[in-house]
Amino acid sequence: MTITIYSARKVITMNPVRPNVTHVAVRDGIILGAGSPEELAGFGDYTLDDRFDDKVLMPGFVEGHAHTMEGSLWSHTYCGWFARTDPNGRVWPGVKTIDGVLERLRQAGAQLTDPEAPLPGWHFDPIYMGNTKVTRRQLDRVSVARPIGVMHASGHIMNFNSRALALAGLLKPGISHPGIPLGTDGLPTGELRGPDAYLPVAPYTGFSRDALAVDESGLCAFGKLCVRTGTTTVTDLAARLTDDAVPMMLRVTGAATYPARVVPLRFSLGVTPEQLIAHVEELAGKSTDRLRMGKIKVIADGSIQGFSARLRPPGYYNGAENGLWYITPDHMAEIYERALAKGIHVHTHTNGDQATDLALDTMETALRKHPGYDHRFTLQHCQLADAAQFRRMAKLGMCVNLFANHHFYWGDEHFRLTVGPERAERMNACRTALDTGVPMAIHSDAPVTPLGPLFTAWCAVNRITASGRTQGTYEKITVAEALYAITLGAAYTLHLDAEIGSIEAGKKADFAVLEEDPREVAPELIKDVGVWGTVQGGRIFAAADL
Amino acid sequence: MNLPVTIIGGYLGAGKTTLVNYLLRNAGGLRLAVLVNEFGTLPIDEHLIEARDGRMVSVVGGCVCCAYGDDMAAAMMDLRRLAPRPDHVVIEASGVALPASVAGTVSLLQGFSVDGIVVLVDAETVQGNAAHKYMGDTVTRQLAQADLVVLNKTDLVADPAAVTGFVQGHTSAPIVPATGGEVPSAVLLRAFPNPTLTGPAHVVSVYRTLSIPADTPMDPRATAAVLASADLGILRAKGFVQDAAGRCHAIQCVARRASVMPAAPDASLGLVAIGLGDTFDAPKIRAALAMACVARV
Ligand SMILES: [Zn+2]
Repeated sequence: MTITIYSARKVITMNPVRPNVTHVAVRDGIILGAGSPEELAGFGDYTLDDRFDDKVLMPGFVEGHAHTMEGSLWSHTYCGWFARTDPNGRVWPGVKTIDGVLERLRQAGAQLTDPEAPLPGWHFDPIYMGNTKVTRRQLDRVSVARPIGVMHASGHIMNFNSRALALAGLLKPGISHPGIPLGTDGLPTGELRGPDAYLPVAPYTGFSRDALAVDESGLCAFGKLCVRTGTTTVTDLAARLTDDAVPMMLRVTGAATYPARVVPLRFSLGVTPEQLIAHVEELAGKSTDRLRMGKIKVIADGSIQGFSARLRPPGYYNGAENGLWYITPDHMAEIYERALAKGIHVHTHTNGDQATDLALDTMETALRKHPGYDHRFTLQHCQLADAAQFRRMAKLGMCVNLFANHHFYWGDEHFRLTVGPERAERMNACRTALDTGVPMAIHSDAPVTPLGPLFTAWCAVNRITASGRTQGTYEKITVAEALYAITLGAAYTLHLDAEIGSIEAGKKADFAVLEEDPREVAPELIKDVGVWGTVQGGRIFAAADL
Repeated sequence: MNLPVTIIGGYLGAGKTTLVNYLLRNAGGLRLAVLVNEFGTLPIDEHLIEARDGRMVSVVGGCVCCAYGDDMAAAMMDLRRLAPRPDHVVIEASGVALPASVAGTVSLLQGFSVDGIVVLVDAETVQGNAAHKYMGDTVTRQLAQADLVVLNKTDLVADPAAVTGFVQGHTSAPIVPATGGEVPSAVLLRAFPNPTLTGPAHVVSVYRTLSIPADTPMDPRATAAVLASADLGILRAKGFVQDAAGRCHAIQCVARRASVMPAAPDASLGLVAIGLGDTFDAPKIRAALAMACVARV
């Protein structure tokens, strides 16, 4: 096989033995070495590829908590407050008014030939518009003929037009449901709060019945988002991995041009723990380099901004009732114990600090029964954990993946409404996690917030909220720590740090190709470092050519 | 007509599975469709099963049982396509589910309407569960959302009255004692075919039924309100009445929850009420219903 030596302005290896070099040799998708051309020439004949001479190479970024279904969402109309780049590189400006949202939907509708075709919109964010309510009457001004559904950025609320409600049989008086406010006419206003309320209507407006499922074109589109953000390995953190979905995912990721390694975790609900274990064991055997299956995702509670997370005292700042459990302690214990016994890796979503307590208690008991060496069970989000909980995580050998992006998008809401100033300042406590010795990653939870490891790093370094305040200065981490978190840190939480996360001999030739060195720009500007594209398994993907 | 749906809630170990099995064995000719939470642990006695087809299991007597996993709405849509149509749907909610949320979802599905929420508790463990560090408030919220509470395994506690008192502190619903999940289907389900309580003598003997003729016109809403009032000891009532204008109405009550719907003109008029022997006050019920009679116009 031929050897290619890439020269670059700089290669940031994340390997402390030789952190900065200028050349990296690659053969057959594997790194032969990082060093000087003279050193690398020892591997034999090579071709010098100097296309990255003015670029900075880093290890390909690892996103430890995302959902590939974002790729499918881009077939819907983007209605978000913030500008966002779609898989094809088009930047959709943020929409700042309700009229702007209606106009964007109207334009999207004008592209459709069938006047009755559904019109789905996503990421609408009225929080930034003074929490203005939208009614079905307003959406009716876009169209009365086609069903329209608009998902909020929080994922907890949807707005529908009259046609959508009628198709679902909900445009009638006498509805009594806590999530369905009624207008003076006794009919639903069109705002449906909570999945319980909106799920019966959403499929009529073009949303998939299975909110977690990605389709073939969506998975392809998601790959493009990875290239644009320098990401070479990405999780799909909660998939049902049905008998239909797995062959599709194997086919898509197996294509010679698919640019990312996808790590889908099997969602634990809907089957018994025994069947769950059997299923992931079977899936593990079907894994390929670019589709790594065999891990489990457990969900313990809901979300803090949806008031469905489980909080310890003193509970919600605004006095809201405590949130919801999505699993019983017995069920969680059985999954942990069976998984530990078999060496199967489990990630658990805990948002509220009481949910984190339950996961820690369950882990402690399970480990006593099945001492697991190097299990790396990971708490996902874990947004409200305090120092004592991080100390327990460390002792139990657990990892954490904190939701740094959340702090920017909802930090102000948490400060003002959900948990109040003190706990809002400790949310997503990266500093404490590292200081207590908990292996840590940081994440976007795309599509909840945009995929973009450099942006995620920026969030953890600066802890700036959408209103521009710095919230929780103590929990800031350094640029170096943040860059570690989006490479080796995340790889470690996936048991992949031996293969990826740094540029060193024997690892996958996965690189993020950057325009600048993120360590040399001002910390407030890391998110603006340009991404040229990626190298994944030795294959070159330029964002401009997608 | 919408399919009536009963939601069976309650924490782990309360005996929901046992109760579902009892209902299937004693359906009294009803075609029940039972939705259970988990795929693979269809908690149905093996000897009741006639056939399996994917996630649907046919049970003796024309009943079906279906696991809904994490998508109840999809499973309900499957039920709608069943032929022949089931008479009543029973949903076994998961141990952490808040049954009112399940009922909320059901109320939004076309072709279904909520009949009632039955919450099961285990007399032996309910006090401990209600004090559980993590699950305590879930257990008490489940109780607060019940139309009927079934206090199961009362035979296993030394002082059933004390447990009943404890449960009463967390719910305004009537409390039905049971052993082994044995509660007559006529108490739990809307579509009981006739006013007789069916089932083993030791199960039915604690209940009383009262049949009330409804030959004279009655105000349907007032009638329903009487049947659902707290002081008469009625757990379940059903029947047809004619209003002053001669229109027929179907009345359904599960404890405090009452519904009135238009009925066919040839509906056989009359009401049936069921309650527990020690609290059921037949004379008082008759007297109260007499007040709901109206003059024919
Ligand atoms: Zn997520």
